[in-house]
Amino acid sequence: MSSARMSTLASLRDTIRRLEVQTMPQCVERVALGHAGADATLQGGLLRGVLHEVFALETRQSASATGFVAGIAQRLAQQRPVLWVQQEFAEAEAGALSMSGFVELGLDPRRLVLVRVPNAETALRAGADALACDALGAVVLELWGRAKAFDLVASRRLTLAAQSSGVPCVMFCTAAEPALSTAETRWVARAARSLPGPTWEAWGAPVLDAELVRNRHGQTGRWIMEWNCDERIFHEPAADSQPLVSAPADRSHQASAPAGRLVAFKRAG
Amino acid sequence: MRSSAPDDAFFRKPWVVADKRNNALQIVAVNDAAVAAGLEIGMPLANARAICPDIEVFDADAAADTQALTHIADWCDRFTPLVALDLPYGLFLDISGCAHLFGGEAAMLSLVCRLLSRQGFIVNAAIAGTPACARALTRAVPGRIVPDGEEAATVAPLPVFALGVEDTITRGLRRAGLKTIGDVASRAPREIAARFGQAFTDLLREVLGQCDAPINPRRPPPDFIAEQHFPDPVATEETIAATLSGLAQKLVAAMERQGKGARRLEASFFRADGAVRTVVVDAGHAATRTKMIALLFRERLDALTDPLDPGFGFDLIRLSASRVDTVVQEQRDLDARTQDNDDVAALIDRMTARLGRQQVVMYLPQDTHIPERAMRIVPAQQHLPQALSAPWTQRYESEPPLRPLRMFERPEPIFVIADFPHGPPAHFNWRRARHRIARVEGPERIAPEWWNLATGMNPIENREARARDYFRVEDSEGCRFWLYREGLYRREVFEFRWFMQGMFA
Repeated sequence: MSSARMSTLASLRDTIRRLEVQTMPQCVERVALGHAGADATLQGGLLRGVLHEVFALETRQSASATGFVAGIAQRLAQQRPVLWVQQEFAEAEAGALSMSGFVELGLDPRRLVLVRVPNAETALRAGADALACDALGAVVLELWGRAKAFDLVASRRLTLAAQSSGVPCVMFCTAAEPALSTAETRWVARAARSLPGPTWEAWGAPVLDAELVRNRHGQTGRWIMEWNCDERIFHEPAADSQPLVSAPADRSHQASAPAGRLVAFKRAG
Repeated sequence: MRSSAPDDAFFRKPWVVADKRNNALQIVAVNDAAVAAGLEIGMPLANARAICPDIEVFDADAAADTQALTHIADWCDRFTPLVALDLPYGLFLDISGCAHLFGGEAAMLSLVCRLLSRQGFIVNAAIAGTPACARALTRAVPGRIVPDGEEAATVAPLPVFALGVEDTITRGLRRAGLKTIGDVASRAPREIAARFGQAFTDLLREVLGQCDAPINPRRPPPDFIAEQHFPDPVATEETIAATLSGLAQKLVAAMERQGKGARRLEASFFRADGAVRTVVVDAGHAATRTKMIALLFRERLDALTDPLDPGFGFDLIRLSASRVDTVVQEQRDLDARTQDNDDVAALIDRMTARLGRQQVVMYLPQDTHIPERAMRIVPAQQHLPQALSAPWTQRYESEPPLRPLRMFERPEPIFVIADFPHGPPAHFNWRRARHRIARVEGPERIAPEWWNLATGMNPIENREARARDYFRVEDSEGCRFWLYREGLYRREVFEFRWFMQGMFA
């Protein structure tokens, strides 16, 4: 392409971006995930007031993907209630959400309202209605399988509803292939192997493999992220994921001594 | 309801309804032609056939009778909300305060009788100050209206059969020479109670109008009612929706005058042919706005599995509000938190109206160490404030997640290769896929609640009473599972079974 055409394209893209930002005043704020690489690619973080999609390609990956969805929903919601619309078949196949598990990940089960729907059409309708209520923090739609009801028209309706109220919508599909939609970002979440840690625990924080396969306003990428349950934020997996023992409080004369180097024990056998 | 048969001759035949009493078939109901032929209630059927060989016999069906009576009671709702069943064939309607709406007591009585006879029933009706007195009148002199205070005088000349008590008591009264209610009333109450029982004495006092027992209505009366009659029955959706909006406005105005809001609203649709359909909508917090009420009803009517069938049209639509709460009009302060909670509550109400109470839920913690019972699922509409402030136990800092994010309601059996008897698992097959375990942590023993008698019984027979050893495992691809091995070796089981309970993030 000639350079004049390139610059025209670039200036047109700029104009469009400026126009879009003007028409959605509530969602200029971006919520950072915490992972430096992902946040850089997302130009600061995930937008509120748009549709995001997360796919789990197989049933085995659904729990890791649920963790990813719960994490980003919690971060997008910022202390407000989250409405989780769940198709009944998804609960039967992958298991029900367990609140003790939520608490273990650091999420707040008091702010979760679960809506159980029999099929995808009801789910989409419930989601569109819920997105009209701007007191919510986020709306999660959990579907199973390729739903014919979720086509371009339906996704455009969800996007418009999200834009007008500023409430983000996260579409979580399991055992389905991504298709055409108006989502701002599209992720494929998989489980990732845990890093070596201390011998007394099988794994520390949950580690997952998040691939950004489509980003309307930026690049794509694939990262391994670890969820920090105490701070409720994603970050890069620490090379050394052992919890540091804090310095003893009653030995003040040794407090200034530098901490020793930690040695990772290898697994026996 | 009997529809008119095309052949009139069929009606002129004697009809009886027969039922098995005391091991013999007896007549329990007759029609005019049968009475003219000399048959009466209580006569054995064999005698009846001897007297009149050409009779039609129908089997008694008490359940169908009760259902018919219930339908008539539903229909009578249009006159008063306080309707009680008086089995087997009667209804009590408490019309205190309603009679003027129909043009007076006499006009109301004739209206009820006329409308019911038009539907094919034979009606005996009476109006009195107490239900027992009215009942006695219907048995002896139907169509009477007794002014206040004259109950004793009106029932005095009636025969004792009008009291409607069992045969033994009636026969006892006659044998004692008491032929009319006046005779019984003239005796001292002590004597009557000694001979016939306290219950009979109380009934007698009610019949004489000396004390009043309220009826037991089928439904508690609502607090506010707004209704609309249609001389020309309506059937279209738009008219129904517009009517409901108008009624909601009237209701809200009435409630606002008393500073109240309703948490339960019922819309009753009375069809021209007698059927009644009621649609109920619950609101989590008191509904005080017309638009909100109309929206809730629209959602509910859209979502009815059995849609509203107008038939030939509705001639009465009534909106009633019960479970009212006093509503304090708060000033909206600058903190938007109260407004947000109300918005979320309103959204939950709408979704509950559309999907049902058990489909919109929140979670409450349970104080138990059994993993599948650690949380309780409750309808969000009733428990919103409780769930928003529920005390969940916090997690331990810097500990990895010890409980899975997704848990199966029924643990799924898996096939596991592990060191026998207490070693950790090494491979497992689940849903026809083989998983090789790379990391494992455990066992965490969760024993059943021994203090709970139902599960604390014999663990060898009762699966619920077995201990479980849980393992957190991660397979070669990074998927993390929560498995358990059921039973203690040699104390509870002799061979092991493994189950998959949940998956971690």
